[in-house]
Amino acid sequence: MGKYLRKKILMYAITFVLAVTINFLIPRMMPGDPIQSLLSRFSGMEGGREILENQLRLLFNLDQPLWRQYLGYWRSIFTLDFGISITHFPTPVMQIIKRAIVYDLAVLMPAIILSWIVGNKLGAYSGSNKRADNVTMPFFYFLASSPYFWMAGLVAFFLGVSLGLFPISGPYGSLQTPGLNLGFILSFLHHWFLPFFTMFLVQLGGWAIGMRNMIIYETSSNYSKYMETLGASNRLIRRYGFRNGVLPQVTGLALRIGRIVGGAITVQVVFNYPGLGRMMLNGVQSQDYFLIQGIFLTIIVMVLIANFIVDIIYMFIDPRVRLSFTEEE
Amino acid sequence: MFKDFWIRHENLYYALTNKKVIFGLTLVALVFLLAAFGPSISPYGYNEYAGEGYLPPSSDHYFGTTIDGRDVFTRTVYGLRSTLLVGAIAGTIATLIGCIVGFLSGYFGGTIFDETLMMLTNIFVVIPQLALLIVIAAFLEVRGVVAMAIIVAITAWPWTARAVRSQTLSLKNEEYVSLSKVSSLSVGRILREDIASNMFSYVFMVFILQVNGTMLATVQLEFLGLGPTRGITLGLVMQNAVIWNGIQLGMWWWAIIPGLILTIFITALYFINTGLDAAFNPRLREM
Repeated sequence: MGKYLRKKILMYAITFVLAVTINFLIPRMMPGDPIQSLLSRFSGMEGGREILENQLRLLFNLDQPLWRQYLGYWRSIFTLDFGISITHFPTPVMQIIKRAIVYDLAVLMPAIILSWIVGNKLGAYSGSNKRADNVTMPFFYFLASSPYFWMAGLVAFFLGVSLGLFPISGPYGSLQTPGLNLGFILSFLHHWFLPFFTMFLVQLGGWAIGMRNMIIYETSSNYSKYMETLGASNRLIRRYGFRNGVLPQVTGLALRIGRIVGGAITVQVVFNYPGLGRMMLNGVQSQDYFLIQGIFLTIIVMVLIANFIVDIIYMFIDPRVRLSFTEEE
Repeated sequence: MFKDFWIRHENLYYALTNKKVIFGLTLVALVFLLAAFGPSISPYGYNEYAGEGYLPPSSDHYFGTTIDGRDVFTRTVYGLRSTLLVGAIAGTIATLIGCIVGFLSGYFGGTIFDETLMMLTNIFVVIPQLALLIVIAAFLEVRGVVAMAIIVAITAWPWTARAVRSQTLSLKNEEYVSLSKVSSLSVGRILREDIASNMFSYVFMVFILQVNGTMLATVQLEFLGLGPTRGITLGLVMQNAVIWNGIQLGMWWWAIIPGLILTIFITALYFINTGLDAAFNPRLREM
């Protein structure tokens, strides 16, 4: 393995350990006794108190020394036992996560990939065409400045309420039963469009600005000037500029995935879309700590995997990193 | 005399005559005026029942009213104050942390110290900001404006550290830095006088971007109901609009205007940032 990959894997491992530790420490550092407040809220429920008490003992092990609690916490993570949700009692947190994650992937993946491709193309165009730049740049800045949830409101109002083109709440029509039938799939796509479109629009602005700046930088650099004196066509110079400009954009993708996920949380709240973000907010509002912790870890793992994939792609397209592999052999 | 001044401060001249900077500064000034004087223009309190509900914008209610008859203008301008304040404090803290980490890491580039700092930075880059903030905010019972600013700032500094580090790396091999080293000046002094002072314009642009980023993170938290526990914020105004089905009911003034002002403000800061970039970077100036 190359040094690059070794370093990355080490970093991801430490990040994961750190995230788990934060998750472990935060409820223990907070004032008040979360266990007592959880139990008192459940004293009225039939059989709930016993199940919850067992769960709490398993997860918190409060009678044991801190390091044993910590080890126990790790064990529960590797057995994917995040405890039982209080809001959806007695559903295990893991089951809620499994149900929600589908919606996240359906919205996030296409939005990230498409906005990246389209944003880079538009940005490159605007960076090499002054007239187009003057018109499009303010527009890109405006998109990139919008809070995700506000853009969601805007899109919902215009495309959903004013024009009535798309439904603005829920994952599919209330008359549909989930399954592989045409009615459900159409209804799903119909409901999917606005959350997807919102995520797409806001990210598009950021990628376009980034690419525009890279192209301007590259086409004014020495190698471009040299090519110009050699008589190379503008198109050729632009193409080299694009190639070099795309590399930082791939790094940018890795840097921004975490923030995109954050945006998805608020978008799901606006559209009442039942992904992890919506569930996490439910957890916060009803102080369902197990749910919050489970979802936080799931989001971290998703982001780590996504970042790792981007790093691998980067490895293949950046000759300098590729070189670090052959040198070692 | 004036001529002398502009010759000495050539960059400032280019900055202040740049169309983007002028445009951005004008918008920023307008939003500041709104936050400063808005509350005194309005005859209502932000939580007060100001009249009938469901009213579109008019001369009585500039931004209309909410479903339960509160004045959206009043709520927006009070909320704007709080959100701008949190953004400014958080942006400052994040810039400071980022610069200190970046200067140190860059100056000691290649050492174990640098590697450790960068590892830490990269870890913070990967952890999703909003998810971490939700976890922290969910367990904090009471959150004031300053507490909000601090928790937003501790997740916002990493990219600044990386950017400042790479700038420092390229500056530290300049001859005048070597000269200072030979003269055995202290590291603190070299960082302050040779490196930081030459990066002032860069750090200022970083600061603008940090304010933008932290304000976006702040309104998101506010929108999720995890903002300051007292008072009114922009995110909270919009959260109310969504919870009370303001969008479904077609109350665009409630759901859209408060966010529009913030979006315009952030766009304006981006304009200033780009304009300054062109002013400080002669190669871009020719374009």
